[in-house]
Amino acid sequence: MTPSSKPTKHAAEWSVSRRAMVQAGAALASANAAGLASAQPGAGSAAPPVATAAAAQPPPTMPVTLRVNGQAHALMLDTRTTVLDALREQLGLKGTKKGCDHGQCGACTVLIEGRRINACLTLAVMHDGQEITTIEGLSTGEQLHPMQTAFIKHDGFQCGYCTPGQICSSVGMLAEARMGMPSHVTGDLMAAAGALSDDEIRERMSGNLCRCSAYPNIVAAIREVSGAGS
Amino acid sequence: MRAFTFEQPGSPQAAAASVAAAGRAGAKFIAGGTNLLDLMKLEVETPSHLIDITRLGLDTIAPTPDGGLRIGAMVRNADLAGDPRVRQRYAVLSRALLSGASGQLRNKATTGGNLLQRTRCDYFYDTARPCNKRMPGSGCSALQGYNRMHAVLGTSEQCIATHPSDMAVAMRLLDAAVETLLPNGAKRVIPIAEFHRLPGTTPHIETSLQAGELITAVTLPPPLPGRHIYRKVRDRASYAFALVSIAAVIDAPDGTVRAARFAFGGVAHQPWRVAAAEAALTNTQLNDSNAHAAADVVLAGARGFGNNDFKIPLLRRTLRAVLVEA
Repeated sequence: MTPSSKPTKHAAEWSVSRRAMVQAGAALASANAAGLASAQPGAGSAAPPVATAAAAQPPPTMPVTLRVNGQAHALMLDTRTTVLDALREQLGLKGTKKGCDHGQCGACTVLIEGRRINACLTLAVMHDGQEITTIEGLSTGEQLHPMQTAFIKHDGFQCGYCTPGQICSSVGMLAEARMGMPSHVTGDLMAAAGALSDDEIRERMSGNLCRCSAYPNIVAAIREVSGAGS
Repeated sequence: MRAFTFEQPGSPQAAAASVAAAGRAGAKFIAGGTNLLDLMKLEVETPSHLIDITRLGLDTIAPTPDGGLRIGAMVRNADLAGDPRVRQRYAVLSRALLSGASGQLRNKATTGGNLLQRTRCDYFYDTARPCNKRMPGSGCSALQGYNRMHAVLGTSEQCIATHPSDMAVAMRLLDAAVETLLPNGAKRVIPIAEFHRLPGTTPHIETSLQAGELITAVTLPPPLPGRHIYRKVRDRASYAFALVSIAAVIDAPDGTVRAARFAFGGVAHQPWRVAAAEAALTNTQLNDSNAHAAADVVLAGARGFGNNDFKIPLLRRTLRAVLVEA
């Protein structure tokens, strides 16, 4: 970029040269933007670029429609985006928490098609069109979900970070129990599940950790809702 | 996580062909993703292309003509554990599944994916450390390292990792078969006993699957009479991998063993089963001395590596408990 040291160049020539440089730079920037916007799912069928070129290219993106709490969101996402990161970073739904980000703590638990899963361990592009329910979607206006009410009544939390995951998980868990799903501590695999014992609640909720150890109150809250539903 | 391209093929055939396509050296199938994404975040797995196989069907459980069950590869662990036919006739499988992972993970993890779980060896996960499974030829950090969770049977100088699955232990006990689809469209059936490999000198090759070979189903033979048991010994009461686990079906209606089968988890690179130990119990009484005799056969070649020495007596005592419980 250092200008030539030749003294014979006129100032006008330099000016043109510089303008050309700026224009060239702008054209490059546009090309990059167009490349981002035109990335399509079909890009997957292209031959993979060589490693040196890959480092300079933007990461692959795909269009995804996430249906969250009854509302459809059309997004263009990096293929690596987890459901958890899409909810928090793209849609601003910060109720779902990131704890371990490896499926070990349960803080990110959401319901997809009514089933509880770890939102950190699944890709948004794998859930195109599916119905996702987060903690924000459990209440109806000012009317709390019965599990939310029970957690407040029984003081089922201290710092509250694991609470959205605990509540979504317990709502999904009670739905599983109502459908007859047994657990590791169920004595008779063929018996119909009635109201859940504390042992059953603890076993079925073992995927949700609480570092404040509010477990006795969490169990009490779930027990109350479980009993009410049986 | 490294960047990757992504596709959702329209058929199992297209999926298998896609992995094997030219220039797709880094392609992988993704199903539940509960293990693969975990490893991708740590860059232990670095696929350049993912093929989503969760929308191909393959998600039903159906009876087979011989009285068994055919389980689609995409059947979720929770759905398999909760299926009334499995609960009633293959209780050992239901029990094994329910003892593994958490409710959330069982809702996502699939039958095929569970078989293909990678080891939870800390050194396999730590990309800063040598590991022959992750980087062939780099060495095994566990041999001289913290190896409390590691194998005591079927190990090699290259790898002492365990297979982490509970489901696969019950599948091994039941003599399940793995149905697959090859990229050229051919189908084959792999007996579960031949599916998981021992580490030997190639611990990075964990199964008998070929490149691009897609698991489509797992079939179970007709159910076994007798008491179905899955006993899992672990560091927590729930949501922990096995130190030692035993799947067993014991048919001994009057205390004399008509048939006994048992398979072990948490102790080897594959679900572990010893036919000679089962045969030794046939036509004997279920008592302590016969249980110890069977354990002697199972543990004939067992070797501890320091921190995991306890697994040898633990397996013996757990087998005794399972047999006397029956």
